Amino acid sequence: MPDLLEVKNIETYYDLVYAIRGASFAVKEGSITAILGNNGVGKSTILKTIMGQIEDQPDKGIIEFEGVPIHHKDTDEIVRKGIAYVPEGREVFEELTVHEHLLMGAYTRKDPSGIKQDIEQVFQYFPVLKNRTNQWAGTLSGGEQQMLAIGRALMLRPTLLILDEPSLGLSPILVKEIFSIIQEINSKGTTILLVEQNANMALSISSTGLILENGRFVMKGKSKDLLEDKDVKEFYLGIKSETSAKGYQRWKRKKAWR
Amino acid sequence: MIDLIQMIVNGIAVGSSYALMGLAMVIIYKTSEVPNFAQGEMALISSFFAMMLLTSFNISVYPAFFLTFVFAVLLGVFLEFAILRRAKEPNVLGMIVITIGIEMVLLGFVSWKFGAEQKTMPFPIGPYDSFIIGDIFISKLEVLTLVAALLLMSVLYLFFKYSKLGLAMKATQQNSVAAQIVGIRTNRILMMTWGISSLVGAVAGLLISPTIMHPFMMWDPMLKGFAAAVMGGMTSLPGVVIAAYMLGIIENLFGGYVSIEFKTVVAFAIIVLVLCIKPSGLFARHYVKKV
Ligand SMILES: Nc1ncnc2c1ncn2[C@@H]1O[C@H](COP(=O)(O)OP(=O)(O)O)[C@@H](O)[C@H]1O
Ligand SMILES: [Mg+2]
Repeated sequence: MPDLLEVKNIETYYDLVYAIRGASFAVKEGSITAILGNNGVGKSTILKTIMGQIEDQPDKGIIEFEGVPIHHKDTDEIVRKGIAYVPEGREVFEELTVHEHLLMGAYTRKDPSGIKQDIEQVFQYFPVLKNRTNQWAGTLSGGEQQMLAIGRALMLRPTLLILDEPSLGLSPILVKEIFSIIQEINSKGTTILLVEQNANMALSISSTGLILENGRFVMKGKSKDLLEDKDVKEFYLGIKSETSAKGYQRWKRKKAWR
Repeated sequence: MIDLIQMIVNGIAVGSSYALMGLAMVIIYKTSEVPNFAQGEMALISSFFAMMLLTSFNISVYPAFFLTFVFAVLLGVFLEFAILRRAKEPNVLGMIVITIGIEMVLLGFVSWKFGAEQKTMPFPIGPYDSFIIGDIFISKLEVLTLVAALLLMSVLYLFFKYSKLGLAMKATQQNSVAAQIVGIRTNRILMMTWGISSLVGAVAGLLISPTIMHPFMMWDPMLKGFAAAVMGGMTSLPGVVIAAYMLGIIENLFGGYVSIEFKTVVAFAIIVLVLCIKPSGLFARHYVKKV
């Protein structure tokens, strides 16, 4: 499968904060690709850079979607190319109804019958939303808002769906449900780029995994290999190996990755 | 009894121009969350533009008004594009200061170009053409203003509620990041709202100009319109209109029965009262964030 999205050596600053320090990766068409990493390492920044959300960034590097450069383009133009984005923290319109959200998700489309179909499809994925059709998003629970944010993104009929920590703040049952729906969306042909701290969940549904530390990727591989990797197990899956009990030893090994 | 009815009619009449100015402010506030203190002067310069077309260029009334509306839209668009958008990392206070700056520049320009004395606007309806029903007087201009206010309110209400563009404007106001990621060109949306708002203001200005035409003609309607917008909750279109009429009526009754000197101050006493009792405005149906 060809690469749908290609990110080559990007560097991103927030003013003087050097957040992404030369990151490269590719998302294969039809895949689920997961970016993992702890809090504050730059996962969201990579996604925001791809979506053109940080003014004048990336400072260096190239981002290509379907072989066409998309860096330094406006967000709405990137969206129109078929990339949908579910940002961290959901970002719903608090005083728009569920139905209005789905209409806004299809803002760039002009096929009323297709839009209607896709609304039904979203309600099929998330039946709770159907019962809340005319309710303001601000009155929904966190889980419902997350579903709404995903539903709104799907209304674009995206080629690539980018999700930033969809499991954040949700109960384990809900996390499972959302991940299985993400898998289902993927099986219907949408390529998915997923950012997660919940490494276990993310690696179990993705085909490729990337591990980010301090603005650089330190590991890339097949998700099933990463799940078996000793370091990944220890630092991201919370499974301790018996050999390195002492803190400084772990720190040393972590250091050696870079 | 006749006095009372006449006062109420006068209140409704003056309330219409407050309503138009209030609507203009609410439209901008809805998307930008900025109270635009230049609203009155934007209407002012549009009115003087119309007068210039009518008197200096001898253009006939309807084409002149049409050109004035085009001018008003372009003025709003220009101010948003050339000035407000340039503000880096804007906060509400900074934006307010910018609108006050624009206000002073426009006011200064009109005073310098046209002078401060009262002008006559060659309007098709004179300020004294009136209907007399029984013993009640109402000027034709006031009726026209009433019709314009109600009509514009209805059109705008339907536009925000049912059109895709109106919905996109609401979305932009509520969360501009989210608006961008569904593909809304938020910059363009802001520009359009300034254009529409400026147009509504120009309608108010034109309807006021046969009666009062000098650089400070918009002061009172603009401040009262703002008062009505605050009372109505800043975002509700019907709210601002109802508040504007309440304000006009209360003001006139107060002037008639209590004190004519303090008539215009009443509006602000009412604002204070409203803000103390129901800070979100009388008609706002605002969703309150859960903390
Ligand atoms: N708006 C911002 N301004 C300045 N620094 C920021 C901003 N957003 C994020 N950062 C910094 O960039 C780094 C990466 O942040 P982020 O991408 O949000 O991490 P993650 O999503 O992996 O938790 C952090 O050190 C964070 O403090
Ligand atoms: Mg993040």
